[in-house]
Amino acid sequence: MQEQEIIEKLTTVIKTYVEDKEALDGITPETHLINDLNINSAHLVDIILDTEEAFDIEIDDESAEQMLTVKAAVDIVSSKLSS
Amino acid sequence: MGVVAPNAVGLDNFSTAIQNGKSGIRFLPEMEQLKFACQVGGVPPVTPDLLGNYFSALTLKQLKAHGIRFGCIAGIDAWKDAGLSYPVEKESEPNWEAGCIFGAGMSGMSVIRSGIYMVDEGKVKRLGSSLIQQTMPSGISAHLSGILGLGNQVSTNASACSTGTEAIIMGLNRIRQGKAKIMLCGSCDSYGPYVWGGFDSMRVLCRKYNDSPTAASRPLSETAAGFVPGSGAGAMVLEDLDHALERGAKIYGEIIGGYTNSGGHRQGGTMTAPNPVGIQKCIQGALADADIGPEEIDAISGHLTSTMGDVLEIKNWSEALNRKGNEFPKINALKSMIGHCLSAAGSIESVAAILQLAEGFLHPSINCEDLHPEIAQVIDPDCIPQEKIAIPLNIIAKSSFGFGDVNSILIFKSYKS
Repeated sequence: MQEQEIIEKLTTVIKTYVEDKEALDGITPETHLINDLNINSAHLVDIILDTEEAFDIEIDDESAEQMLTVKAAVDIVSSKLSS
Repeated sequence: MGVVAPNAVGLDNFSTAIQNGKSGIRFLPEMEQLKFACQVGGVPPVTPDLLGNYFSALTLKQLKAHGIRFGCIAGIDAWKDAGLSYPVEKESEPNWEAGCIFGAGMSGMSVIRSGIYMVDEGKVKRLGSSLIQQTMPSGISAHLSGILGLGNQVSTNASACSTGTEAIIMGLNRIRQGKAKIMLCGSCDSYGPYVWGGFDSMRVLCRKYNDSPTAASRPLSETAAGFVPGSGAGAMVLEDLDHALERGAKIYGEIIGGYTNSGGHRQGGTMTAPNPVGIQKCIQGALADADIGPEEIDAISGHLTSTMGDVLEIKNWSEALNRKGNEFPKINALKSMIGHCLSAAGSIESVAAILQLAEGFLHPSINCEDLHPEIAQVIDPDCIPQEKIAIPLNIIAKSSFGFGDVNSILIFKSYKS
């Protein structure tokens, strides 16, 4: 799967949990899910579950804890897909 | 006030519906498929469009508990109707003077069910973040406090079918104690086979009117054959009078008293049947709390479920008030139109009672053309309106009784500035 495709799929997953849609304007790899997108920290669990489902992968606890930025999420999904 | 009832959603629609004697009871095919003896019930007409007016897409994706959805709609409507600001800014400071007592029954039953399947399949990890907040008993008060930024006491009470009335009494006492200025009070309950199955098995539900749903709930009738299950939510903002006057709030009426007790499963009382002495003491306790005499009650919004308990309730009121025949107050049963909304019943019926007080009418008590003869022996049939009547009311009493032999009674008075 191309990185661009991963980003698009991930963005769709993340968007669901962003209440303030304006925060989505100008989303970059460095965008922080909690600090920049104001995602409720309790919803990170749901984002991980939805990501697992969207890509048919399993995200271990250690990786899950690092999924705080768009880039980190893309990297984790890429590595799981290639392993 | 706000209301989500089987025959209408929203205060204006509800007022029109109860004046017209509109039934919200219908045949539910799912209950037939599942071999329920009772295949009728009351489910509020809450459409996706309506939900979209109250919840974000994300909230709707996660919030599946019907009872909590109903409770939030009624609670938000009551808050707005009271002239309090809405929506409430996420960054604002909580309102430390405003709290919430919002009762619940089995509001998250459908969520519990889906959670149990996942756990049994070894998929506990997939439960996600939203299961607990929908299945904990206080899920409804927790949701409302987040939506409205409530900073005073925020809690959920539970006393079976007296829950809604008890919630209002608890909020009343909080304000009387001087510990809050505003209390959002109400209750909610869910619907469906998992909520209602136990009642069906107990044979307390109506099983004789599956082919005539709107005739199924027949409080006070000789042919009453068990209660019809319903669901929904009712809510009202209680406020310290001076505080309400100061901000120019819309005032529907005054709550002048309330009393809660239990028959202790003694003297004829059991888990499911009320101790008559307990009920009469509750009535007298409410009168004393309101500091009024029994002759001052103009009308009663009964608990009246469409069971044999109706006869007993009439006798208890008659004895406790020492009033009978045509000296008995007017009395009607909202459950004739909406069924028994379980934990939501007391709050929905309290909203109806206050609407009648404020707008000067009594709604019809439908399906009791064939009044039970034992009731006719105690009170004059004219005490029970068969059609809507326009009537000035000063004081109306609301009773609710529940499994566990628990009782709650409220006394509402019309407000004259």
